[in-house]
Amino acid sequence: MPEGPPPAPAVQRIRLRYTKRGRLRFTSHRDFQRAFERALRRSAVPMAYSAGFTPHPKVSYANAAPTGVASEAEYLEIALTEERDPERLRAQLDASLPPGLDVVDAVEVRTPNLADRLQASVWRIRLDGVSPEEAERAAAAFLAAESVEVERLTKNGVRVFDTRGAVASLEVSDGRSGDGARGGAEGGADVRPGRACAILRLVVRHATPAVRPDDVLSGLRATADLAPPVPAEVTRLAQGPLDEESGTVTDPLAADRAAASAVPPATAGPRATATA
Amino acid sequence: MPVESVFPRLEALLPHVQKPIQYVGGELNSTVKDWDACDVRWALMYPDAYEVGLPNQGVMILYEVLNEREGVLAERTYSVWPDLEALMREHGVPQFTVDAHRPVKAFDVFGLSFSTELGYTNMLAALELAGIPLEAKDRTVDDPIVVAGGHAAFNPEPIADFLDCAVVGDGEQAVLDITEIVRAWKAEGRPGGRDELLLRLARTGGVYVPRFYDVEYLPDGRIGRVVPNTPGVPWRVSKHTVMDLDEWPYPKQPLVPLAETVHERMSVEIFRGCTRGCRFCQAGMITRPVRERSITGIGEMVEKGLKATGFEEVGLLSLSSADHTEIGDIAKGLADRYTEDKVGLSLPSTRVDAFNIDLANELTRNGRRSGLTFAPEGGSERIRKVINKMVSEEDLIRTVATAYGNGWRQVKLYFMCGLPTETDEDVLQIAEMAKNVIAKGREVTGQNDIRCTVSIGGFVPKPHTPFQWAPQLGVEETDARLAKLRDAIRSDRKYGKNIGFRYHDGKPGIVEGLLSRGDRRIGAVIRAVYEDGGRFDGWREHFSYDRWMDCADKALAGSGVDVDWYTTRERSYEEVLPWDHLDSGLDKDWLWEDWQDALEEVEVDDCRWTPCFDCGVCPQMQTEIQIGPTGKKLLPLTVVNQG
Repeated sequence: MPEGPPPAPAVQRIRLRYTKRGRLRFTSHRDFQRAFERALRRSAVPMAYSAGFTPHPKVSYANAAPTGVASEAEYLEIALTEERDPERLRAQLDASLPPGLDVVDAVEVRTPNLADRLQASVWRIRLDGVSPEEAERAAAAFLAAESVEVERLTKNGVRVFDTRGAVASLEVSDGRSGDGARGGAEGGADVRPGRACAILRLVVRHATPAVRPDDVLSGLRATADLAPPVPAEVTRLAQGPLDEESGTVTDPLAADRAAASAVPPATAGPRATATA
Repeated sequence: MPVESVFPRLEALLPHVQKPIQYVGGELNSTVKDWDACDVRWALMYPDAYEVGLPNQGVMILYEVLNEREGVLAERTYSVWPDLEALMREHGVPQFTVDAHRPVKAFDVFGLSFSTELGYTNMLAALELAGIPLEAKDRTVDDPIVVAGGHAAFNPEPIADFLDCAVVGDGEQAVLDITEIVRAWKAEGRPGGRDELLLRLARTGGVYVPRFYDVEYLPDGRIGRVVPNTPGVPWRVSKHTVMDLDEWPYPKQPLVPLAETVHERMSVEIFRGCTRGCRFCQAGMITRPVRERSITGIGEMVEKGLKATGFEEVGLLSLSSADHTEIGDIAKGLADRYTEDKVGLSLPSTRVDAFNIDLANELTRNGRRSGLTFAPEGGSERIRKVINKMVSEEDLIRTVATAYGNGWRQVKLYFMCGLPTETDEDVLQIAEMAKNVIAKGREVTGQNDIRCTVSIGGFVPKPHTPFQWAPQLGVEETDARLAKLRDAIRSDRKYGKNIGFRYHDGKPGIVEGLLSRGDRRIGAVIRAVYEDGGRFDGWREHFSYDRWMDCADKALAGSGVDVDWYTTRERSYEEVLPWDHLDSGLDKDWLWEDWQDALEEVEVDDCRWTPCFDCGVCPQMQTEIQIGPTGKKLLPLTVVNQG
């Protein structure tokens, strides 16, 4: 059996933030992985590979959003065998991926444990056909409850768990007034006049079992009979460290950026944009 | 007038269906052109699920050839699964293209590629969802022209009622010719409506329009004759043959889906056609003559294609890939170029000979050597003579010995059951062959853990082959023979445990046989099955033999013919076959002689390295064999690392 030489060692790691926008929110995580690994090949990124019979490029994905849910804030980390400028790499990968799967931020890894820093997510849930007043009432009932138990079918059968505890905040706005308009590539024309529309903005702690936006919707149905007539459109707006006092979610790549500007990188290169 | 996207309405349904990503489009290298800037618009369909249809080379090639043209656009559509179909019907969402989600009915031409007859019911589902009348006679000038292509179109008679026209043979040039005719007719203000357009197409001699032909039947149910009923329409319609494959390096920008599909690789067709002369093989008969792509042309396509896709595997496709005159240099050259990049090479469809082991070794230089696949097709020397698969058991055993000696541990063998003149004895020989393979493997390696998998399916006689006259083996006989083989394998104490046995029962084969050699009367059966809910007949979980038989009984009642008449009946020399007026170039008398040779166990050689034996194709189609060697080599690529 042929034995290849050992794989080249990783000399640099880069963390990327990417999106799943518009119709590409229907991409499953497996679909994204295949698409991303092909983009790496097309862009001739000097990937580090795992050892063994079928070497895989070293990519670690963190906490992917469910299929059908859009996201502005997905994270992954790649290992390279040659150093690259993070911003140039970002632009290259972004150009190589289909529009909607956009690579929007890149930093060189200077601190450990990105996954540990992804403590909470900010979700926006668009409920067409639900009036803001109705949504307000449901939100108030939900927030007033001590715990809100829901059921979900998992691989191990039906599980019952609390959704209230994980929700750090829950706010309602009017989808017709424009303050819930979608960002960037999704197109701004999301205000659809003539039809009631409520937008929920919630901050949910990453707990075990994971509480997903649809679990919170189940919770709203359980506490206040909130039953949207059409499927909700869900977007993850951010994920990262949770400041419990202010209830805000901050940038999980900030620590790497700070470390990078404090200690200049070993190799020279145009990095100004990476700190923007 | 711009055509509205149905996506907003579809989007609301997608959270409720399985694998919604398959319906959203947005594949890398897909194209959306400005509707109003184009005057001829094609919707191309592969009538099966997206995961099967997307990698189809035929559709991908035509999609690119058409979209490259100024003023022409092509979009793709696939069969939707029953979960989405039900929702689309409930909410009035029509059959859509995945590129710009335009309704199929808005296009000028609706082209369907049929690799297999089992897509016929899916065509009806797509037509109905599109809002296009199922039968051609009910369509108006506002409906697209429905055209069929692909191998199954070589006998389009069973779906004649549903088609406006069919094109046989290579599609690259044909779609452009059709485009020009449609463009001129539209520019003139659609004179004479649909009939005039179809007449213009029919008069080219390369487009079959079923409605311009009357089929007359004899009292016994056989066809009396097929006659043109309109002046200027030819008696026979010719297949299309593209010469010089290097001039057609498609697909240049293969589609890369987001959804998972059955073939995730960069495929390059290294040659078209095959003259090995296997008598059961419709593909080999209807795609003659052999036309090779040059080694340098292949090298360029692989290089550009990998850059455009990022695929990690290259498939070198053809009907018998090891037969390319420069395959050794191609394999070595590509392996040299791409070993560093961890690009794997695969060579589907190879023959049983030791040379192929060298090739396989080359292709797996740095990878895993798990399994090798060979297709002896028949178990006994005698039956292999009947089918003209010229490989001896000694060849196979020698090949297998080399394979095991080179580190391969598993051999897969493909066979057919129900071949003409076959007896139980011929099939039981398969068990002996598998045992000999394992014995040899153990001898060569000194190890006991040697695997051999036998995979066997029922033989279906196909139009335009020497076996087009042959009786098909019935369901009970097929299943009984397969059971005997299974018992012979399982009962063997010494080897049985090391032989895997995979088989397909006889039922799907009978339906395929009915559709393959059927005539226009089968259209009613297809429609009845569709109306009873039949879809996705190529999928075991959706296929219903009983539904097909019940619908056939009802639809054919009183016609004097039945399923057996179409499948297990042997035809005579004189019989007019439903596809005789579609000209594949093969001389019917030559096919008959080859059929007689088969019965006498006489083999026929390959015309690439022996004198012509007058199958008729080259003179009839004004084509010729195009093969190397060119003597060229693949040079190393200059590596320009980006980033």
